[in-house]
Amino acid sequence: MIGQIANILVDGLAYAMFLFIVSVGLSVTMGLMGFVNLAHGAFAMAGGYVVLTATRYFGVPFLGALVITFLVIGAISVVFERTLYSRLYKAGELDQVLLTIGLAFMAIAGITYLFGPIPQHVVLPHWLAGHIDIGLRTVPTYRAFLIVVGFLLVIALWYGFERTTLGAKIRAAVDNRRMAQSVGINVDLLFTLTFAIGSGLAALGGGLSIHLLGLTPTFALVYLVLFLLVVSVGGLGSVKGTLVAALVLGIFDTTGKYLYAEAGGFFIYAIAMAVLLIKPAGLYGRE
Amino acid sequence: MSKPTDSTFLLGRHVDFLLNRHRFKLAEALPWILAIAAFFLLPDRLTFGSQVLIMVLFALSLDLILGYAGIVTLGHAAFFGLGAYTVGLLVIRAGWNEPISSLFAAAAVAGIAGFLSGWVLLRYRGFTLLMLTLATGVLLMELGNLRSDITGGYDGLPGMVIAPLFGVFEYDLYGKTNYIYALVVLFIIFMIVRRIVYSPFGEALTGIRENVRRMHAIGAPVHRHLVVAYTIAAAIAGVAGALNAQTNAYVTLGVFEFDRSAAVMVILILGGTGRLYGAFVGAVIYMVLEDYLAKWSPEFWQFGVGLLLVMAVLFARRGLLGLFEDIGRYISKKRTS
Repeated sequence: MIGQIANILVDGLAYAMFLFIVSVGLSVTMGLMGFVNLAHGAFAMAGGYVVLTATRYFGVPFLGALVITFLVIGAISVVFERTLYSRLYKAGELDQVLLTIGLAFMAIAGITYLFGPIPQHVVLPHWLAGHIDIGLRTVPTYRAFLIVVGFLLVIALWYGFERTTLGAKIRAAVDNRRMAQSVGINVDLLFTLTFAIGSGLAALGGGLSIHLLGLTPTFALVYLVLFLLVVSVGGLGSVKGTLVAALVLGIFDTTGKYLYAEAGGFFIYAIAMAVLLIKPAGLYGRE
Repeated sequence: MSKPTDSTFLLGRHVDFLLNRHRFKLAEALPWILAIAAFFLLPDRLTFGSQVLIMVLFALSLDLILGYAGIVTLGHAAFFGLGAYTVGLLVIRAGWNEPISSLFAAAAVAGIAGFLSGWVLLRYRGFTLLMLTLATGVLLMELGNLRSDITGGYDGLPGMVIAPLFGVFEYDLYGKTNYIYALVVLFIIFMIVRRIVYSPFGEALTGIRENVRRMHAIGAPVHRHLVVAYTIAAAIAGVAGALNAQTNAYVTLGVFEFDRSAAVMVILILGGTGRLYGAFVGAVIYMVLEDYLAKWSPEFWQFGVGLLLVMAVLFARRGLLGLFEDIGRYISKKRTS
């Protein structure tokens, strides 16, 4: 019984951290520019394939591959942001939805062409493969690693968001874009930067999760709904909200899968809908 | 000729336009003539043809809420799926396999679901509404999976036997009956939709799309209008789903998939939103392209869909029909100048 709860907690936390890492960038960029980016899952998926390529074909160590994917996908996302996204800031959400679904489709097709539709696996480095003793019991090292990385990122993001000038500027722009612009904040540049960091984090999440979820090209759409749920339940532009929503949805989802596997994602979708019906702007969103 | 500047003259012309635009134009017969011609010219492609007609119907229902009322939904497949499952469950679980009454049952179930969900969800706007409609579709799929004892889960309900149409017309191997059946249903519903969009109610929907604040300000019951439109659209989508289940003789949880909501949106955007024949143009082009290119390579087709979407957003926001109009206007302008 205790063992069951501990398993659920470890798996749930690891899953929640993955959800947080991928979703936080989406939340901030959506809060900042109100851009509905359905291609965010594609960046995460692409990140997984960059890690795969780097470790399998170039012999890059796992940690190094994670850094590479953050930088590569972040850089690629800037190209997209400058050439395509920036044209649609003032357009309606329908246009944004269509453009980004289009990009997601193209990404899925392109990756399928390159790697095939079958699930890909990455061999974990030996230091992540086993179990680790945390005193009370042993937990899989990989999951513990995911939780630790997620926790470190939470602290780093909290510090960056709450304690640095850049973070203050982002918060100001999320709260009131026009006011931020009128006090001399270059919102466009700020957006490009947060967009790149957000996409980089998505790629990092995608790379980290390969072993947890498996990697197929359809990752881009399959998990997209979850990322969007985390963002909308947490509230647009709120790092804290994203964390809370990721924890709640991640742990609930895992619990459901342990105890009542047939239900699939039913409960988290029901919970997410209930939250949105009561608080349309999400838990920590601005009404 | 001097330019008329008299405002009453202009007003009169505008009223004239409003009064006359619901009259049938000769060009409107064209898609129907082509559909009938296809029946005779492509006898071995009729099964595919009825799939196209069903997608036209589905896209038409989306047009009513997206194109006319301006509601962006990511979960329209929910109603398509409900219609399909109404038919499937009636046949498999209740032994009811008469097709026409099943269509009405599917319209009723989907319509009620549309009314209830619309009544709640249409109070929300923007991203929240997007998420809520998206979640409705996923939730229904999960629910279907949860009760796989009833729905058959991801294996679906195979082996449906549909009774002959009116007890007379058997379904043949070439899909002749199916094609005519789908075409007649499409035509009847199209006439209803046409009547709706040119009615004062249709004008009110367009008003809500163009400027919802102004509609509130003049005291229009915005929420009620939207719910009514959503209910009608849901019922039509249910009929499309029901037709799909009947022509394929099976239904699986795939009907609820996000891909289907996305596909119908692509079709509508491709053809042109807020215009009655956009659904026709979009569905025919999309389905024919898919049929050819997917055989060649599925990835190639999916890449093509993505590219089409991106191009449509960047260069042809009013769809192909809008693009044709623009080109036509450009040519006629050149000719007069």
